[in-house]
Amino acid sequence: MSPEAIGGVLVAEVTEEELKGSDLLRRIGGVSDGAVILFEGRVRDHNTGRSVVCLHYDAYREMADEVLRDIASEALRSSGASAIGVRHRVGSLRPPSVSLVVAVAAAHRRPAYEASTYVIEELKRRLPLWKREEYADGTSRWLGGRTPSSGRTGLEEQSAGVLR
Amino acid sequence: MTGRVEVLVRLFGQHREAAGGSVVSVQLAEGGTVGDLRRALAADPALGISLEGAAVAVNRTYQSDEAPIVDGDEVAVIPPVAGG
Repeated sequence: MSPEAIGGVLVAEVTEEELKGSDLLRRIGGVSDGAVILFEGRVRDHNTGRSVVCLHYDAYREMADEVLRDIASEALRSSGASAIGVRHRVGSLRPPSVSLVVAVAAAHRRPAYEASTYVIEELKRRLPLWKREEYADGTSRWLGGRTPSSGRTGLEEQSAGVLR
Repeated sequence: MTGRVEVLVRLFGQHREAAGGSVVSVQLAEGGTVGDLRRALAADPALGISLEGAAVAVNRTYQSDEAPIVDGDEVAVIPPVAGG
């Protein structure tokens, strides 16, 4: 491993800062990691047939940081990946701003993909964070989501949920 | 003293907008639970928040209705979450 590359959870946090996946990518992975992948979630200009001009993200910051760290640790344990970093942005974001970055390093591609998928699916279930869509016609609404639960089972999905 | 506990409940997202504030004070009987808190919030029409699909976090952990709430706990109502 290079001196600055360390295993484990490099970062897991909610932030108001602008996100760039390449920043995380530069910091992750050592000489034993044959697979490094990056996921960027970006604000798109449409949802359910409507033109979106802005997404406002709100979070329970103190709890969200703890939940993100838990999810990242679980992802490492269950996948066998060697390092992970995840940051979620809050505030007002216009397309195509980056709302989420997940970077994973692993010896092989399979644990890297598994860890990345785990983080995204779990944060959609558990991260105390919300978004309000603002449309081209000046209206806005809070998006339906999922009822969070502490465990991985017994998760309820709101029938009103519109985002996947 | 009177066997009641004042709980400051943090609100987020649509709840914060509906209630017009980020914290609401709720009186619970000593030994009260998350379920009691839900009932107290639902019984306050002026608050105007729907608890359907919402979870309750105590000290930053999601809790079921049976969980106790004691003086000094950090309590929050969590509307359906939508990260990503």
